[in-house]
Amino acid sequence: MTEEKTQECWKWPEYRHTMPEMDWHDAKIVTAGVDVGSVGSKTVIMVDGELYACSVMRTGGVSEETALKVTNWALEGTGLEIKDIHYVVGTGYGRVNVPFAKRTITEIACHARGAHYIYGPTVRTVLDIGGQDCKAIRCDEKGKVLSFLMNDKCAAGTGRGLEVFADLISVPIQEVGKVSLSVDQEPQPVSNTCVIFAKAEALALLRQGWLKERVAAAYHAAMADRIVDLLTRVGVEKDLVTTGGVAKNVGVVQRLERLLGVKPLSPRMDPILAGAIGAALFAKALQEKELGLR
Amino acid sequence: MLAHYGYKNGSGDYFIIIDTDKCDGCGKCVEACPYGVLELAPNEYDIEEGIMVTVAEEQRKKIKYTCAPCKPVSGERRLPCVLSCEPKAITHSW
Repeated sequence: MTEEKTQECWKWPEYRHTMPEMDWHDAKIVTAGVDVGSVGSKTVIMVDGELYACSVMRTGGVSEETALKVTNWALEGTGLEIKDIHYVVGTGYGRVNVPFAKRTITEIACHARGAHYIYGPTVRTVLDIGGQDCKAIRCDEKGKVLSFLMNDKCAAGTGRGLEVFADLISVPIQEVGKVSLSVDQEPQPVSNTCVIFAKAEALALLRQGWLKERVAAAYHAAMADRIVDLLTRVGVEKDLVTTGGVAKNVGVVQRLERLLGVKPLSPRMDPILAGAIGAALFAKALQEKELGLR
Repeated sequence: MLAHYGYKNGSGDYFIIIDTDKCDGCGKCVEACPYGVLELAPNEYDIEEGIMVTVAEEQRKKIKYTCAPCKPVSGERRLPCVLSCEPKAITHSW
């Protein structure tokens, strides 16, 4: 007799959402932002510049298919179809693989714009911690990028690394941040230059008999260290906000706050959507430009 | 906008910083660079169209090595990209 079991601690829930009180029928401009990231893909549908529907799912092996799937999922039940959308902007790592996008804009500009929408005009520093890279962005009161820095050399200090780690200690990815905060004393951080090394070190600590909470603290501290390193190059100005999937991890965010002495604002909606929201807002501006409205 | 291209790893910070407000897209640095590090690309950061200089995608993860011949450890350092840029839009972090 064989019995098979799968446990997937790294897996975060995919979801879609429609704003119940909104209607697109009388709308002047319907736009979409499709953010195909390295780990997650997001679509945001905007009606006259306000968030109407969104969806988040994992990026599969074929970006074009995922882009289509995630967008159709966002539109599900709304009565809208892709052809009804006036302007689609693609962004993210796989932005060139969104076949129905009219234009692409880098995720850096989109995250700044999206953070401006989510957190308001006081945002000056945006920290986007994505699946595969981490970006530090400085922006003005309009959400325009003034300075940015991206580290795309390795996955340490990113969401994918966190998934690997959550799986290692068998704690669901949504809870791993909270678990890391349950230690009395902060341990020495693990290596922060490489996910594979960090994971090997964490494994060694577990073998030495460290509790998983303590190992989690060491891992999260390493992530925060690395992110702060990057951030200091562009400088931190209040208000600081975080976007991307890792923005939902309290272990990383609270340690960032401790290291920087600046409290990040709390989001009024899922910060993983920031890139797609920014893209949808750019789409609206581009459509208005095409119609000669601006 | 200050665009930082490059990376940070265990051995240090390697960023080429381009001030896109100063860059006029003339392309002299692209010609001056002996190793093809820089290239002209459409501005993807704003809805206003335009041309700006960027670090070529395939170079972004190895500029420590590609730029090394222009950075002697002793003697005078003369970076062709920086010298060719009239509006002084290019700086190196290392």
